[in-house]
Amino acid sequence: MGWLSESLNSSIGKKFIMALTGISLILFLIVHLAGNLTLFIGEEAFNLYVESLDKIKPFIRVIEVVLAAIFIFHIVNGIKLYFENRGARPEKYAVNGSRKNSTLFSRTMAQTGSIIFIFLVIHLSTFWKAFNLDTHAADASYYNIVLEWFQIEWYAVLYVICMIILGFHLNHGFQSAFQTFGWNHNKYASLIKKIGTGYAVIMAVGFASIPIYFLLGGM
Amino acid sequence: MAEKMINLKLKVWRQNGPKAVGAFEDHDVSVSADSSFLEMLDELNDSLERNGKDPVVFESDCREGICGTCGLVINGQPHGPIPKIATCQLHMRHFTEGQTIWIEPFRAKAFPVLKDLAVDRSAFDTIMHAGGYVSVNTGGVPDANAIAIPKDVAAEAFDAAACIGCGACVAACKNASAMLFVSAKVSQFAVLPQGQPERYTRVQKMVKVMDELGFGSCTNTYACEAECPKGISVKNIARMNKDYIKAKVKTEKIELEA
Ligand code: SF4
Ligand code: FES
Repeated sequence: MGWLSESLNSSIGKKFIMALTGISLILFLIVHLAGNLTLFIGEEAFNLYVESLDKIKPFIRVIEVVLAAIFIFHIVNGIKLYFENRGARPEKYAVNGSRKNSTLFSRTMAQTGSIIFIFLVIHLSTFWKAFNLDTHAADASYYNIVLEWFQIEWYAVLYVICMIILGFHLNHGFQSAFQTFGWNHNKYASLIKKIGTGYAVIMAVGFASIPIYFLLGGM
Repeated sequence: MAEKMINLKLKVWRQNGPKAVGAFEDHDVSVSADSSFLEMLDELNDSLERNGKDPVVFESDCREGICGTCGLVINGQPHGPIPKIATCQLHMRHFTEGQTIWIEPFRAKAFPVLKDLAVDRSAFDTIMHAGGYVSVNTGGVPDANAIAIPKDVAAEAFDAAACIGCGACVAACKNASAMLFVSAKVSQFAVLPQGQPERYTRVQKMVKVMDELGFGSCTNTYACEAECPKGISVKNIARMNKDYIKAKVKTEKIELEA
């Protein structure tokens, strides 16, 4: 399989990995948000949702392993690209004109990505850990775990900020993936950009609304 | 009518050789608003020479935007602030009285500075040698128009072929990626029937050499398209991505022949 790793390590191969893993994560986020929104229906609905996932635990575990692999590929490859690309211009410009020729979203993927990574670590070590590893009483409510965390002000605010940054990342990532796959068509490209921006806004607002809801509810 | 003159403060990059450490040199100039950017540098060099100083090295040839030889980064933008023109087509009337202008060379690992503002862009030639051609066998001259090509396809190829190889795309890209240039050179053949026989080997060879030469990877910021003097579209990059992926997935060949 020498040709495969060689292809994937080429400049276009690395873009391709970013796009493929990125699109997978984009799809995952839709499912994740849809599930989370049961929080708005009420305690019972959310608990029921989490318990139904609990019932198919082996399947969920497989999904989690796949997801972890996708995340790792996306992150490792992104870090590699960042350092290689910096190395491609050893001497920087005195005047940086990039504001005039590109969007902030596209230029800050490494920075927004890094923040999302830190968020991911925090997210896993709190919610994922609480839901999966911590032993809780048989009648413990998952809903209450969420409630408790999001009534901690700094934690809720951190979530909201990270979700806005996630939106930045997704806004560029969405249309960028299509470009990488070679789907830049006169008729559809502008539509894809709009869908991407719409998607990014929905994700940012959707995920951020949860901590806001609980924080305000607790006040 | 008297010529309108403007006074400018120039900060010009001076560097003695590829390994030397460069720095900006200040010059105050007074030029006609009608003169071109390169004429302004010519005048500066005249006065430098009159004073027994080393003139500023910069490149130019046609001075009408068709050869791709000129290329300066002016206030952070390759070919200056006006879209879709080369440095030689830029006029001083676009600058304001008293303005400071930073003049830098194209900066990229693959484009080492030779002296001052002149950089070595032979990396582009190396990429072209790798596959930027169509092989034509000798023999009878084929009839013109023997192969019917739809007008819009011909126009698409022509748009890609308008690339003058100036390197501004590399200079503009935050990753110093050469994707716009290479994709233009791949596309000008990829859309035409004459380019089909070598279509999938060409893209693999050119990308391979591009990567080896130390250009960065594209992250779709599209700064290249915004700064390209010929308005080459990033659609060409999409096409090249697709052709490259297709080539890697579909071809039976494991090794590329040199
Ligand atoms: S694609 Fe545009 S910027 Fe790049 S080399 Fe060709 S003409 Fe110059
Ligand atoms: S000198 Fe030929 S394009 Fe500018």
